[in-house]
This record gives sequence, structure tokens and C-alpha cells, in this order.
Amino acid sequence: MPTLEHPEYPEATLLHLESIMPCRESQMSTLLSVFGERQQYSFPSIFIYGHTSSGKTYVLQTLLKTLELPHVFVNCVECSTSRLLLEKILSQLQSLSSKTKSASHISCDTLNQFVCLFKQETMAEELQNETIYIVLDKAEQLREMEANVLPAFLRLQELADRNVTVILVTEIVWELFRPNTGCFEPFTLYFPDYSIGHLQKILSHDHPPEYSADFYAAYINILLGVFYTVCRDLKELRHLAALNFSKYCEPVVKGEANERDTRRLWKNIESHLKKAMQTVYLREVSSSQWERLQQDDGEPGQVKGLSAHTHVELPYYSKFLLIAAYLASYNPSRSDKRFFLKHHGKMKKTTFLKKHEKTSNHLLGPKPFPLDRLLAILYSIVDKRVAPTGNIFSQISSLVTLQLLTLVGHDDQLDGPRYKCTVSLDFIRAIARTVNFDIIKYLYDFL
Amino acid sequence: MSTCSVSKQIQEELNKQLYDNIIRFLRQSHSEFQEKKIEWACRMKSSEIPTAALVLGVNVTDHDLTFKRLSEVLQDNVTPYVVSLQAKECPGIRHLLKKLMGQLTDCYVEDQSEEEEYVTVSKKRIRCSLDALTDWYECVTKKTGSETPSKKRTSPSHWQSPPIVVIFKDMESFTTKVLQDFIVISSQHIHELPLVLIFGIATSPMIIHRLLPHSVSSLLCIELFQCLSCKEHLGTVIDKLLLTTKFPFKLSEKVLQVLINIFLYHDFSVQNFIKGFQLSVVEHFYSQPLSVLCCQLPEAKKRVNSFSHEQCEHIRSLPSFRRYVESQVSEKQIALLTEDNFVKEVTWILLEDLHIYHENYFPVLKCLHIFTSSLPKYPLGKQIRELHCACLEKRVWETEEYESALQLVRMLCKADLVAMLQKCVKIFMSFPGKEFGNTVEKLEEFLARFQNLEVAEASKVQDESISSQKELQKKTDLYHLQKTLLQLKESRRSKKLTKFEMLRFEVVDFIDSLVRNYLAPAEMQTLHEVVYFSAASTLCEHLNAAPRTALHTALNNPYFYLKNQALKSDAGCISNKAPDICIAYKLHLECGRLINLVDWLEAFSTVVTAVKGTDSDSVASDEVDEIIHARFIRAVSELQLLGFIKPSKQKTDHVARLTWGGC
Repeated sequence: MPTLEHPEYPEATLLHLESIMPCRESQMSTLLSVFGERQQYSFPSIFIYGHTSSGKTYVLQTLLKTLELPHVFVNCVECSTSRLLLEKILSQLQSLSSKTKSASHISCDTLNQFVCLFKQETMAEELQNETIYIVLDKAEQLREMEANVLPAFLRLQELADRNVTVILVTEIVWELFRPNTGCFEPFTLYFPDYSIGHLQKILSHDHPPEYSADFYAAYINILLGVFYTVCRDLKELRHLAALNFSKYCEPVVKGEANERDTRRLWKNIESHLKKAMQTVYLREVSSSQWERLQQDDGEPGQVKGLSAHTHVELPYYSKFLLIAAYLASYNPSRSDKRFFLKHHGKMKKTTFLKKHEKTSNHLLGPKPFPLDRLLAILYSIVDKRVAPTGNIFSQISSLVTLQLLTLVGHDDQLDGPRYKCTVSLDFIRAIARTVNFDIIKYLYDFL
Repeated sequence: MSTCSVSKQIQEELNKQLYDNIIRFLRQSHSEFQEKKIEWACRMKSSEIPTAALVLGVNVTDHDLTFKRLSEVLQDNVTPYVVSLQAKECPGIRHLLKKLMGQLTDCYVEDQSEEEEYVTVSKKRIRCSLDALTDWYECVTKKTGSETPSKKRTSPSHWQSPPIVVIFKDMESFTTKVLQDFIVISSQHIHELPLVLIFGIATSPMIIHRLLPHSVSSLLCIELFQCLSCKEHLGTVIDKLLLTTKFPFKLSEKVLQVLINIFLYHDFSVQNFIKGFQLSVVEHFYSQPLSVLCCQLPEAKKRVNSFSHEQCEHIRSLPSFRRYVESQVSEKQIALLTEDNFVKEVTWILLEDLHIYHENYFPVLKCLHIFTSSLPKYPLGKQIRELHCACLEKRVWETEEYESALQLVRMLCKADLVAMLQKCVKIFMSFPGKEFGNTVEKLEEFLARFQNLEVAEASKVQDESISSQKELQKKTDLYHLQKTLLQLKESRRSKKLTKFEMLRFEVVDFIDSLVRNYLAPAEMQTLHEVVYFSAASTLCEHLNAAPRTALHTALNNPYFYLKNQALKSDAGCISNKAPDICIAYKLHLECGRLINLVDWLEAFSTVVTAVKGTDSDSVASDEVDEIIHARFIRAVSELQLLGFIKPSKQKTDHVARLTWGGC
């Protein structure tokens, strides 16, 4: 008993659709009924949303392709301006209407022009009596274009007076799209996340030809057991499944276990998958490196991940500049006297500070400081006398280009620039250790 | 200039391995692309963009050369399509794509010039999107694919359907959005467009995770490549440029120290180090008249022969030559001071001596470095450059550090000592000097004796230890045990030195004698001024400029730059002959954070009109002359331009001071 029913299309096609898109039957049937028959006018605009890799694009694309509906498919990320978007739609339309590819390029600057050109393009016979679908993937990009783009697409049917439906596909909800005034409310359709059962079903769907479906399903089961808590992205899971499958098969290939010996296979793979979660899933180790490791049967510990290389070598004064910047960022400026003057007297933390300063500065994040303060702290923490040479100043700006410091506010150098230090406490401690500077003693939070 | 080419060559050699690694990575990732993806695993895997993360170190100035060379290497061996992007050129994704297209189509033109017509036509209509790029790529590869079999003209080293390499020169400075967008877009075209990314990273690879969220970084297949550390790079440069007799030009201790300090304290830039070296070459030949002799020995001899009387006088006035003259007997002194020909002859010999000194100096230095570089706490420094500086500075054998180093060498174990001696032999063998025949022989003799010792002592020592241990085992009660232990200790203390220890002392003495003979500081050599550049302060002025200090000097003491006698005055007072801006500057030094403009003007006009004295009465005292007013305004605005003051909104008619202290 097929769940999909539609008078327009043959049952075989619908069955085929169902088989290649498991777990999305209800969404498909909704879409099909909204689309109606070929020549019928459909809803002017449809808004489809759902989390990453919940099959939105895939369902739409296969649906439109298998049913051979005339459609235009545009990914909005690629179109940084509205002009690019409009031209892309038009050029795809052009290739739709005349099957022979015409080379003439259409230029289109405004929406007004677009509507006119759109009318012209759809004059062709074969497009006249069918609904044309315009799919805009990653539609959240539309919000960054001119204010009239989104409302116009929502009521394109009305503006162009053609049988056209615009479908917006995105990951965020409609409420975040809605313009202030005068917009047409689209038909919204939600694609829910796949449940673990769904994932199991979909992933086991495409098993390698050499092995039986059951064997692969057991593998997927183990894989999901490890990864489901951290990752529900179907694409990523598929990638991980493909990467680690050869390791899973290893005992079978060597003849140490047969395909039904699940317990043994599980023992073999589980620790391996856990390691994969810490390395290759986070892209600490690249997939190709991971595969090479599997082939050589090496320990994954051999290849250091990206985060293992945290050490940054800096010139001597740059280190002190960075330390000074860190102190200036995380100490209240009134405490400088306490740290850098010889006869500062005693200072009690509680009586000294206003109420809002009592929270840890490390929780509040770095504060901006002027250049003068940075230099003053630098001069007092370096043992030797530092001449204010051009090199020192250029080191400050090179620290800014390295993103260890950031320039706050405007970039008028004459007007006393202000900086923030963006490195972490661990990083600065490592730096301070190399120059034998006890930074904890100078931090107000650790007093 | 030969030094320049040598330094370039060094850099290339150093980076060769890095380049090779990257090319291997490209080849591998590319072959994956070319496989038709029939395999199940390939089909299932999401196609990631191969990415090389290139960690280059913080010396940003050196990166340009590396990248330039890298793209050349890639263009020669891998693909004509290499694009390098800088963050400042790409504030938005549109600019990035435009730049990308521009560079790609350009390199296409470069490859096949007869096709220009086509390109110019297409350039007009190319829209900057990856679609257009895909079309272009298809077009290009199809064309070359059909052409190559017949013509074979396009460079054969390029691969089939060459990848497009995009280099992001300064990853840190790119905005997150641009990078993310670019990666997302290009990942959708990866099947038609074999893109490869190279990230140039200055700090640490962590930055990738900071810039890219997981959803984006999961589209990349990132592999890490580490560049040679800049300190190692400097070490090689110093070894090849300075510690060799190939180039007659040398740096004195102070100059070398200045250059190394700039490197270590400020920029880590080998490029700048080489530039500083070049500057000192120029400065030396410019300022030292006798630098004509700073060339290869035969050439120098010829030049000495053609010296004029004046040039001989130059030689006579050299401090080191004078010292030499004073050490001679009186007849010879007179001859040296009066006869030009005799001076030439002596110069000849002295130059030869200097050359021989250098020929001996470097091998012995390297030999000494072998001994000192592995000692605990490194009394003479870990790097050979530190040792070199110590030797140039003064007689190294008179320093405390040298003493303690020798003390430590005397305690080395046999295996280490033998290994070091073998290394030394190798070093001496590799130098062509004739003098070291004896030394090598001596060293080899030492080695042979160590070998013999091993054989002879092996049996003896074993016997001894066994017997003493047996004794220990026999006595079981505590008292006796203690007694025997004490006895053992006593005997050990008083025991005569073993053969090995004797030999060790001999070796150390030998090394010591080598050092005393050959590692005398260069400043003690006669005529060292000819080849050694020692004006460290000039170099410092040029390379480590202090703009603020210079500005302060100029404003505080205008005579320093203007050399006008009228301006020569004592430091404290303010002369009215100085330029207006100097007067204003000096007055503002006496003020606090906020400066009242009216008071300032008052003081200014007082100073300016001070000496006129008599006619100051004629002007109404409370009203300032208009001209003086105008001069004052100009001086103040000049000070503002220089960044000393800025207008303040806190109080009306006040300006804020921006600088503090003397400079």
C-alpha cells in the first residue's frame, strides 16, 4: 500500500520516489498535493525549513527531477548580489525554454527588469501551461540583499502574472524572515530532524555490494551508538561510516571472524570509533591521513592533531608586549599602581574596588586599553631599559595582524589607539614561562 | 652581489623539502579526484576540499618570498593555475572571486598567447561567480586536452586536468565570513573544479578552528605542513655567510650582536638579517678607504702593488698597523714609516697572515662548538653564533665561562668524548687547510688510544668490581658493612687516576692549546680593519630607528640637526631664535595633561619678544601681536600633526597632551 497517491503521476514513479527517499513520505505527499497537477496554479510561495541535512534540498531536487517539472534551482550563497541571483535565474530559464543553448547573456539589474524579462522568457509554448518552480536554496542570504527582493519573490506569481511558484529553502524559521510591511505569507513546511531509527534506516540503505545488508546494518548500529550523542548530521555520519568501514571488515577479511560474529567485531571497532570521534570528526586529523593510518595499522596517536601545535614562537620583546597587553586588558587600570610601583603600600581587594569590579575580570573578557598604558607596563616589566624604537611599534602592529591583539574602535593612529588582548590565559602563561615571568603574581584576579 | 644569491640559494635548499611535501600532498589528493569514484567508499565519502595548512612562523616579512617561490615551484611542476590571495585585497566574497578570476584568466593568457582574442572577449562577459569559473575551467581543459597529443607544447610536467591552487597568504587576517562563504561555495563545485587550498598560517593551526565553524571545516581535508623554524634558518645563514672563508668580508662582534639582537628581540626575520648584512657591506665599502683590499687574496696582492702614497698613509694610520709598528725593532719602524714599498711588502705578508688566521679560526671554532654545545647549562652558549661572538669579543680562554666549560668537558664519559673527537676529525678533514695535518693525526692517535683502553681496561675493571662486590656480600652485619664501605670510599678518593682519566686530561689540554693558538680575537690581528666592519652604531641608527627620540632631539635641541651657530644654547633655557615649533614644544613640556591655550600663547609671546626688550614697551602689553599669534597657531597645529597634542572637549580653550616623559 503506497503512502503516496496522486492522480497525475503513475504509481510506479511514486513507488520509486518513496524507495529513494525513505522517512520523508509525509513531507513528500504534502508537497505533491500543494503542487497539484501540472497545469494547475500552485501556492505562490512555499517556505521549507528544517535543520542541517534533514533532506530538504534532496527531496525537492529529486521530486522536481523525477517528475520532470520545469524548475530553476539556485543556491543563494553563490550570489552575493541580487543582480547575480536574478541573472542566474534568467539564464537557467533560458536554457529551460529553448533546449538549444543560446549564448546570449542577459543582463538584469533591478527587480522590475527581472519581472519583464521573466515574462518574456516564459512566453514559450511548453512553459505556458505548466507551473514553473523557482527553488532558492539557502534563502537566508536573501535577507542581506535589497529590501524589495524577498517580498517580490514571495508574490512573483502575482507580479509576473504567470504560473510560477517560488520555493525558499532554509535552516531558520519564517519569523526571522518576515519583513515589516506588506508581505505575502508563504506556505510553510517543516522538515523535522531524523530520529535515530530514521538514521539507521537511511544509512543502512546504501550498503557496499560486497557485503550483505544485515552485516552493514549491524555496523551502522555500532557507529550510531558511538556518534549519535555528538553528531546527527547525516552527511557527516555517512562520511564517517565510509571512513571506518574497512577497519570493521578487517577481521572478516583476515578470516578471524565471520560476518555474524557481532560481538567480536564490536570489540574490534569500538575503541577505534571513539578515537575517530576525537580526531577525524573534529578535523584534527584529515580524512586521508586517517585512512593512511588505518592502512598502515599505526596508532592514531602518531599523527598530531591541529590543536596539538599550540606553541607560538615570538621574538623576545613581542612576548613582553603580549604579556603587557594581557595585564592591561585584565587588570583594572587603578591597580597598576599596586603592581608596578615600588612603594605602593597595601591594598585590600575588597575595600579598593567598586561593586561591579568585584566579578572576575577573566569572566568579563578583555577590556580595551590605550597605547600609553601598554608601553608603560612594558617598560616596567622588562628588566633592561627598552628604547622606544620603531621596531617596538611595528611589533605592536604585527601582533595586531597576527590577531593576538585587536585594534578597538576607529583606526586613527594620531588619536591614541586602543587595543585589546585576545589570547587565552593558558597561552599567555606558556609565553610567560619562556621568559621566566610569573604572570599570575601580576594578575588582579589571582591576588 | 654574491651574498645575496647565496642567501637565496640557502633559502631554497631549506624550503625544498617543504615544497616537495606539498607537491606530494597535491598529487595524492589530485589522484583521488581523478579516480572516477566508482568505488563504494569513494561514493559514500563526502568530497572534501584538500587543504594544506602551512605553518610559517611569526616572521611575516619572510613569508612573501616563501610564497613566491612556492607558487613558482607549483607552476613549474604541477599546474599553471596558482592564485595567491591576500586578506587586504578581499574584504568581501565578491572581491575574492574577482581577484581569483582575474589571476586565473591572466595565467591562462600567459600560457597560450595566441588565444588572446578569445580571452578579451570572454573577460567582458565573465561574471564573477564560480559557475563562470567552472565553465572556464571546462573550456580550458578541453582545449589543452585536445591539443597536447598533437603539439606537446604546453609544458609536459603539468598533470592531466591540473588542479587550481588557491593560496591564502595570511589566514589570520581574513574575515570569517569571506572564508566560510568561499569554502561553502567551492565545496559545491568540487566535482567539476579540482580546487586545492593552501592556508598560510603565522601563529598556530588552532586558528583554523577559531575562524571556521565545524560545519565549514568538515568540508575540508586539512593536512599540516610545518616550515623550518626561523632560528634554524638563521643558523644556516650565519654558517654559510659568516663562518666561512669564501667571502672576505667579515662582521665584527658588535655589529653581529646588533643584527642578532634585532632578529631575536624584534622581528625573527631572516630577510631583515640579510638586509642588515647587505647594508653593512655597503657601509663598509663606502666608509673604509682600505676596503679595496677586501677581496680574494691574489686580487688583493695586485691591488696593494698599485697603491699610491696616500693609500700607504691610510695603512699607516690604522690603529692595528700602528700597534704592529710599535712592536718592531727601531730600524724597521723607520722603514715602515718612511718607505712606501716596504709598507706594501709588509701589507702583503700581513694580509696573507690574516687569511691564514681565518682559515684556522673557523675549523677550530666549529671543533670547540662540538665540545661546548652538549654541556649541561651551556656555559658558552648553545648556538655556534654565541660562541663566535664570545671568541670575537676577547680572548675566550681568559673568561670564566670557558674555564667552567673545560671543567665540564673533563667530566665527560668515554662514549661522548669519542663521538666528539670523531666529529672533530671529520671537520678538520673537510677543511682544505694544510695546517691541520698534524692535528688530525693527533686526534686520530687519541681515538686509537681510547680504543686500546677499552680492550685493556674491560677485563681489569671487571675483575676489580667483582672482587669488591664479593667482599661486600661476605660481610653481613651492619658494622662491618659500614667499615668496608668507608674503606672503599677512601680508596676510591686516593686512587690514582685511571688511564682513561689521564687520557681525558690530555685531550682537554690539546683542545685548550688549539683554542689558545687559533681563536684569538680578530681585533688583535693586524690589518683587521680592512675586512671587518665595526661601525655598530651606524647600523643601529639605520636598522633600529627611534623616531620618537629623534623627534624629541630635533625639537628640544634644534642645533643637532640645523647646525646653526645661533641655535647653540645650553639645554635649560629657551632661546627665541629657535624655530617657533621648538619654542612651543619646550613650553608644552612644562604643562600637565590639559594645556590652556591662552596661557600657552602668553608664554610663547613672552619668549619670542624677550630679547627685543626695548620696543616691547611700545606694543600694548596685554595685546599680542597678530603676527606672533599667527606663528603660535601654526606651531600648535604642527605639534598636533606630529601627534603631541589633540583638541580636547573636556574644557574649552584647552588641548590635551598625548606624550609623557622625556621622549
